[in-house]
Amino acid sequence: MTTATLPVLTKKDFQTDQEVRWCPGCGDYAILSAVQSVFPELGIPREKFVVISGIGCSSRFPYYMNTFGFHTIHGRAPAVATGVKIAHPELEVWVATGDGDSLAIGGNHTIHMLRRNVGIKVLMFNNKIYGLTKGQYSPTSEFGKKTKSTPFGTADRPFNPLALVIGADTSFVARSVDVFQQHMKETLRKTAAHSGSAYVEILQNCNIFNDGAWFDLTEKEARSEHVVQLEHGKPLIYGKNRDKGIRLNGMELEVVHLGNGNGLTEKDVLVHDEHHPNPAYAFLLAQMEEKPGFPTPIGVLRSWDRDRYEDVMAKQIQDVVAKKGPGDLSKLLRSGDTWEVR
Amino acid sequence: MATITDPVVRAHKREVIDKAVLRFCGDSGDGMQITGSQFTNTVALYGNDLATFPDYPAEIRAPAGTLPGVSGFQIQFSSSDVFTPGDSVDVLVAMNPAALKTNIKDLKTNGILIVNSDAFLEADLRKADVTSNPLEDHSLDGYRLFSVGLERLTRSALAELGLDAKSMDRCKNFFALGMCYWLYNRTMDLTYKWIDDKFKTKPLLVEANKLAMRAGYNYCEATEAFQVSYEIPPAKLTPGTYRNLSGNQALAIGFVAASKKSNLPLFLGSYPITPASDILHELSMYKNFGVMTFQAEDEIAAITSAIGAAYSGCLSLTTTSGPGMALKTEAMGLAIMVELPLVICDIQRGGPSTGLPTKTEQADLLQAMFGRNSEAPIPVLAPSTPGDCFWIAVEACRIALKYMIPVIILSDGYLANGAEPWRIPNVDEVPGIDVKFATDPVGFLPYKRDPQTLARPWAIPGTPGLEHRIGGIEKQDITGNVNYEPMNHEKMVRIRAAKVEGIAQDIPEVIPAGDPDGDLLIVAWGSTYGSITAGMKAARAKGHRIGHVHLRHLNPLPRNLGEVLGRYKQILVPEMNMGQLSMILRAKFLVDAQGYNKIQGQPFKQAEIEAKIEEILG
Repeated sequence: MTTATLPVLTKKDFQTDQEVRWCPGCGDYAILSAVQSVFPELGIPREKFVVISGIGCSSRFPYYMNTFGFHTIHGRAPAVATGVKIAHPELEVWVATGDGDSLAIGGNHTIHMLRRNVGIKVLMFNNKIYGLTKGQYSPTSEFGKKTKSTPFGTADRPFNPLALVIGADTSFVARSVDVFQQHMKETLRKTAAHSGSAYVEILQNCNIFNDGAWFDLTEKEARSEHVVQLEHGKPLIYGKNRDKGIRLNGMELEVVHLGNGNGLTEKDVLVHDEHHPNPAYAFLLAQMEEKPGFPTPIGVLRSWDRDRYEDVMAKQIQDVVAKKGPGDLSKLLRSGDTWEVR
Repeated sequence: MATITDPVVRAHKREVIDKAVLRFCGDSGDGMQITGSQFTNTVALYGNDLATFPDYPAEIRAPAGTLPGVSGFQIQFSSSDVFTPGDSVDVLVAMNPAALKTNIKDLKTNGILIVNSDAFLEADLRKADVTSNPLEDHSLDGYRLFSVGLERLTRSALAELGLDAKSMDRCKNFFALGMCYWLYNRTMDLTYKWIDDKFKTKPLLVEANKLAMRAGYNYCEATEAFQVSYEIPPAKLTPGTYRNLSGNQALAIGFVAASKKSNLPLFLGSYPITPASDILHELSMYKNFGVMTFQAEDEIAAITSAIGAAYSGCLSLTTTSGPGMALKTEAMGLAIMVELPLVICDIQRGGPSTGLPTKTEQADLLQAMFGRNSEAPIPVLAPSTPGDCFWIAVEACRIALKYMIPVIILSDGYLANGAEPWRIPNVDEVPGIDVKFATDPVGFLPYKRDPQTLARPWAIPGTPGLEHRIGGIEKQDITGNVNYEPMNHEKMVRIRAAKVEGIAQDIPEVIPAGDPDGDLLIVAWGSTYGSITAGMKAARAKGHRIGHVHLRHLNPLPRNLGEVLGRYKQILVPEMNMGQLSMILRAKFLVDAQGYNKIQGQPFKQAEIEAKIEEILG
C-alpha cells in the first residue's frame, strides 16, 4: 500500500518576493515569522491556504504570505471569509486583522462569524492604536489615552476583546504575544488543530504610534510576574519563583501567594480547564487583565467543539438532494400551474 | 290556471367582452392578496393574457379599518394583449370604508362596486375618517353599487360548521371571490385545489372556505342583483406551455438556470428587505440544485460573503433594494478592483432613505451608474416585464462571468410582485455559459487579460501553483502587484472603463418598436414598458409616427442608440424618477431628451402616456 507523500514544505515556501513594508521594529514581523514557521508543519498543501485581511497594518499580512490571499475592505474580512468557507469548506482560511479592523468597524461581522462557528482562524493583532492612519485611538485603547484624535484623553472604556468573543460563544479563544516567539508558534499550532472558529488575540507592539503598550508584560522582569501561562490540566501558577497562583473564591478569582507561611500550596490553585462547559470560567480568565494586581493570562482560554456553520449548510443541501433528487431545470421552469396554448 | 310551462328565463344575460380590470381592496388582514392571486391563477389557466398589480401597505398590520392599512390587488385580463394592469377599474370590491375611500377614484363611471355593507357601521366610518355613510348619502350614485353583507352571509353559509364568529368572518374574502368567479364565468376548481392544499391540516377550514366561495357564487346566481355576467375568451398567445410568474420568481429561476448552464454552484448572500426578500425565500427552496443561500447579518456581509464565494469559484449574487445598494457601495468598488464576477440585484422602491418600501419607483439608475467613490464603472441591466426578469438574470450572469466583472440588475417593486403569463422556454433555449478556471501555473499572472474581453483569469483557491494575492489597492496591470505609480493608475482606470465599454460589442443593437423613424421616439427602461406600449397605440392610430426603444442594457448603451435617436424629431423619456435616463442621454448624445417624470410610488397609467404624447405632438 502506497501512501501519497505531500511535498515537504518549508518556511521559505510561504515567503513572497514582495518587500515587507512594515516599520522597522514593528511587532508584525515576528507574527509573520511565526506563521510562516508553523504553516509548513501542518501537512496541508500550500494551495489550500487562504489568508484574508481587512484594512490596517495588520491587514498587509496577505501580501507577504505565498498563499492565496485577499486584501479586502475595512472590517469585512470575516464576512468575505465566510463566503469562501461556505463555498469550499475544505480550504484552510485564516484572517489577519487588528483591533480597529476587528472590533470597531468589523465588530458586527466578527461576532456573527464566531456565533456561527465558521471554521475560520482569526489572528487579531492588538496594538491598542490605529497605526496605518497614524495614531488615533482604537476600541482597545485605555480610558483617558491621549492620541491624535483624543488630545484630551479618550472618553470611552475599551473592549476586552476576549471577553467579547467569549460572549459570542467562540469555540476557540486564545491569546499570545508578538515577542513570545515560541509561545506564539505553540498557540498557532493549537489554533490550526481546532476545526471551528478560532479567535486569537496577539498583543503587538506598534513602536511608532504606541510604543511600549505591552511592556508591562513583555520586558524581561515583567514577564514572569505579570503573565500567567495557561496550560490545560496544569495549575495557574506564575512568578519568577513560581510563588503566585490564581484561585477561585466563590464567583471571583483571587491571587494567592504560595509557601509564605499561609499554608497554601499548588493544590489550592485553580487547574486550567480549556474545555470547561461553562463559558463563565473563561470569562473570568479574560477579565483578569483588567484587575489591578492580577497577571494577564496567555494561551488557550477556551476550546470546545460544536457544529460548524458551513457543515450544517452543506448537510442541509445533501439531505435535500437525497430526498428530492438533484435539481431538474426543466421541471423547475415548469413548476406551478401550467397551461397549453396551441 | 295556466298549464303552459314557461321556458326558464335567465335572470341575467351573459356578455362577451374583450377585457376587464378588477380590483380587490380591504384591510391587510382581509386576505386581498390571496383573493387576487387566486383569481389571477384561474384566469391565467383559462388562457387570458393578464397583468397584475399588488399594492401593499407599508405596515404589516396597521389598526384594522384605518387608511394606512388598506391593501389592494388589481388585475387586468383580456382576450387580446395586456400590457398594464389597467388605468381604471371595471369592478371594485371594497371590504370596508377605508378601502372604499382610497380606491373609489379609480373606479370607472358606472363601474361595478361591490361593498361589504357589514363593515360600514359608525365605528368603521370613524376609523376611516369618513363623516357620512357613502352607502346612504348618494355619493356612490354614479356607480352600480352592490351592497352585500359579507360577514352576515358568510356566517349563515357556515352556520352548521360550528366555527367561532371570527373564523367565519375570515372566510368572507372567499365569498367575494366566489362572486367574482360568477361575474366572469370562471370555474372554481383551481381554487378548490388550492384550498385543499393550503389548509390540509385543518379540514374544517377547508370546508369553510369552500362553502364560503360557493355561497358567494350562488348568491349572484340566485339573486337578481346582477343582471349581466361577463365572458372573456382566451387570448391568442404564441403557442407553447405557459405559467404565471412574478418578477422576483423569474429572477430566482433565471439564476438557477444560469447556474446550471454555466455549471457553477450558485451562492446568494442576502439580507431581508422589501421588496427583494422573496428572491431569498425562493432560492432557499432550491437546495436540490445545490444553491447556497446565506442570510447575512447585514447588507454589507451579504455582498462581501458573495464576493468571497465568487473568489472561490461560485456564481455569486446579492439581492436588495435602494437602501441596501447604498450600504453595499464600498464592496461593489472592491469587486470592481479585484475583477470578480458578481450579480447585484436592486429591486427599486420609493426613496430616498426608508421612503416607501412597498411602492414602486425607478430612481436608483444614477446610483447604479455612479454611486461609488472614484471611477468605478459597472454594467447595468433592467428587465421590462416580470417574465423578462428571467432573461435578464441569465444575461447578467453571462456578462459577469465572461468579463469577470460585477453587474447590476435594476428591477422594481412593480415588476417584482406583478405577474403575467410566461411562455416557458425549453432548457436548450437558455444559452449556455462557457466558464474556464485557470489551471496552468506556467505563464500565469493574476491580471494577464484576455485580449478581447479584457477579463483577467479566474484562479480559485485550491488550485496548485496559482497562489496569488488580490485586493482593493491599485495594482500593476498584468502582474497584479500593489502599485501606486501615476501612469499605471491612469492606465488601469482606463482599462476598467474599456472593459465595460467593450461589452457593447457583445449585446444586440436596438430596433425601435412602432415606427423606425418619425415624429417622436419614446426611450425608456424598466417597468414602464407596458404603459408605454399600450399608450402609444392611440397616437399611432391617429397617424403620428412614433417609435419606442425600451432599453434593457443601460450600461453600456447599445452601440447604435445614438444613430436611432437621430431619426426622430423629438425624444420623450417617461421615468418614475426626476429624469435620470434623460440626463444620461442628454450628456452622452447631446440631444434634447424631454423627461416625463412621475414620482408617486405608482406606475404610469396608459392614459397618462397617451395624454403626454398628445401634448407633445399636438
